[in-house]
Amino acid sequence: MKYVDEFRDGALARKLAAAIHAEVDRDRQYALMAFCGGHTHAVSRYGVTDLLPGNLQIIHGPGCPVCVLPIGRIDMAIRLALEADVTVLSYGDCLRVPASGGLSMQEAKARGADIRMLYSAADALALARRSPGRQVVFFAIGFETTTPPTALVIRQAKALGLDNFSVLCNHVLTPSAISSILESPEVRELGSLALDGFIGPAHVSTVIGTRPYRFFAEEYRKPVVIAGFEPLDVMQAVRMLVRQVNQGRAAVENEFTRAVTEDGNLKAQALVSEVFELRRSFEWRGLGVVPYSALRIRKSFAEFDAEGRFGLDYVRVPDNKACECGAILRGVKKPSECGIFGTACTPDNPMGSCMVSPEGACAAHYKFGRFRDLPVAAA
Amino acid sequence: MSGRVRKGHVRPLDLRRGRIDTSHGGGGRAMAQLIDELFVAAFDNEFLRQGDDGAVLPAAAAGERLVIATDAHVVSPLFFPGGDIGSLSVHGTVNDVAVMGARPLYLAAAFVLEEGFPLADLQRIVASMAAAARDAGVPVVTGDTKVVEHGKGDGVFITTTGVGALPAGRDISGRRARPGDAVLVSGTIGDHGTAILSQREALGFETEIVSDSAAIHGLVDALLVAVPQVHVLRDPTRGGLATTLNEIAARSGVGITLEEAAVPIASQVQAACEFLGLDPLYVANEGKLVVILPAARAAAALAALRAHPLGCRAAVIGEVTEDPHHFVQIRTEFGGRRLVDWLSGEQLPRIC
Repeated sequence: MKYVDEFRDGALARKLAAAIHAEVDRDRQYALMAFCGGHTHAVSRYGVTDLLPGNLQIIHGPGCPVCVLPIGRIDMAIRLALEADVTVLSYGDCLRVPASGGLSMQEAKARGADIRMLYSAADALALARRSPGRQVVFFAIGFETTTPPTALVIRQAKALGLDNFSVLCNHVLTPSAISSILESPEVRELGSLALDGFIGPAHVSTVIGTRPYRFFAEEYRKPVVIAGFEPLDVMQAVRMLVRQVNQGRAAVENEFTRAVTEDGNLKAQALVSEVFELRRSFEWRGLGVVPYSALRIRKSFAEFDAEGRFGLDYVRVPDNKACECGAILRGVKKPSECGIFGTACTPDNPMGSCMVSPEGACAAHYKFGRFRDLPVAAA
Repeated sequence: MSGRVRKGHVRPLDLRRGRIDTSHGGGGRAMAQLIDELFVAAFDNEFLRQGDDGAVLPAAAAGERLVIATDAHVVSPLFFPGGDIGSLSVHGTVNDVAVMGARPLYLAAAFVLEEGFPLADLQRIVASMAAAARDAGVPVVTGDTKVVEHGKGDGVFITTTGVGALPAGRDISGRRARPGDAVLVSGTIGDHGTAILSQREALGFETEIVSDSAAIHGLVDALLVAVPQVHVLRDPTRGGLATTLNEIAARSGVGITLEEAAVPIASQVQAACEFLGLDPLYVANEGKLVVILPAARAAAALAALRAHPLGCRAAVIGEVTEDPHHFVQIRTEFGGRRLVDWLSGEQLPRIC
């Protein structure tokens, strides 16, 4: 497949691996955080760790939209569908995230709630146009990549004068999540999370550009290399980070030049700021309440804000006590260090959000890598 | 007016504009007419013509055992590139019988029809089903029709049951994979599921991918004549190759290691799966065969498969290993290893 196979080439991978092995300092450890679920997936899916040196560790970060959604936000959607009798639409993985009372959107659907999976924000708008008289709510999630399409459908709904379409907005911001990790006690005070640099977001950066990461390189002295979601992209970024670490540099570098520019997509940015504004604070699973870390719909589009239209209140719900999703999302723990990983919590019966999406650290490790946790199989 | 009463006259079904109504399942004259004019006319054979509640069939040959398999078909859309629910319902069940190592002999078919379903579509489906049965040489010898109210079904659901004869001494089963065995597949994977998906309303994309829906008993026969030492045969339908191999690994108590570069995948299927975020290893097939047999016989099996039109892209894709965890693993083209786990949840609903 053109433009894809080139970035999965095994022969090139072996050359890059040899270069990385030659460049790493054997006397030190390297801990690199892959911010995005897309990187987590690529690393697990292609077995990238098999090609990397043993003293280089890839830590999975919080960049998985479904994973960082707190229970309380999903409860809002479920209550809306069950009690207000409206149609709620969301992306596939979202439907399986466990919420309060043993429910998930999928369970609520089985109990009669009209909750449906969609493939794009445009599908939600199309359904609302097809079903006048029926309230349709799009449960919007995601980082900066999925925000512009949501902004677009809200603007279109306004232009069309639709009175049966609204958005329950859960869009969150990548730089806030990175700050939150860098400010966490594990990094700043306890030092229990060693972090030498970031493999920076691919798709998010096509929208926001490379500029927003400069702060992390300058203020926190952490190198950031923006990388695509193909396995060779990840390996090349690892090599660039190893170099920066070895040279004692901390800069923002761009491996994903075929899609990411310094400014990003200015048109998309303008669209987003036309429709959305910063929320004062937002709760993330794992990171807790992070100030100015999410978006809400502006007053000028208030009629399309489901929170206002249906008078929805956010109720904070703590995660299951046994679930380590929080620590895993902060990079403090590995999936295999969670007591219920692979026993009470599996992709078929997830207890925590990280076990749901294929981009989640736990699901990726369970599906692709859990054989590594086992001692070499005895005959 | 007395002269107008014609003996036994029934106005023929309006196959152009007519629709299924509840009387077609009511057990009365309308149902009898539907069965005669649509089903019996299409499937016509000596057993069906017996016209009784069941078909009386000849006894199996001495020493042969009977194999029976059943399969419900709920595919959406009903018509797709490379087939429709009618041909699929024949192939699905014929293949289930065939991968037991048996010779498929007869089919039974049950139709659940939704009120309002166009008779023209039903006739098209039944004609396709009859053609598939004729091509396979496996007649539909008995059947049943039920009608559900509008909104209680989705057009047509078809359940078929197949009966086949298993030669004496033949033992092909998902429990028989042994460490050291070779794993083969008869051709490209993921074609059926991708073809169906390309037609879905929400996804609709333009592609030339056609379903691989086909009866594979001829391919199985050619293989078993050349290489009788086959341990396991399976048709990797719902859940795809990955699910089938996990089932075999679990039932046989072994592990399986695949070579990613060796698994045949059509470039269009690869591309479609790429943008849909699917893994072709988990996408359904309806005319493929997974073969597991002693490695020493792999070359002969490969030659036999490739000599058949349905097996021309057959390949050796991996080996059976000793593994107490019964993991299916794959060596990636990239140079790493990963699990090929059971499918969790549901990747694609209503695929067959």
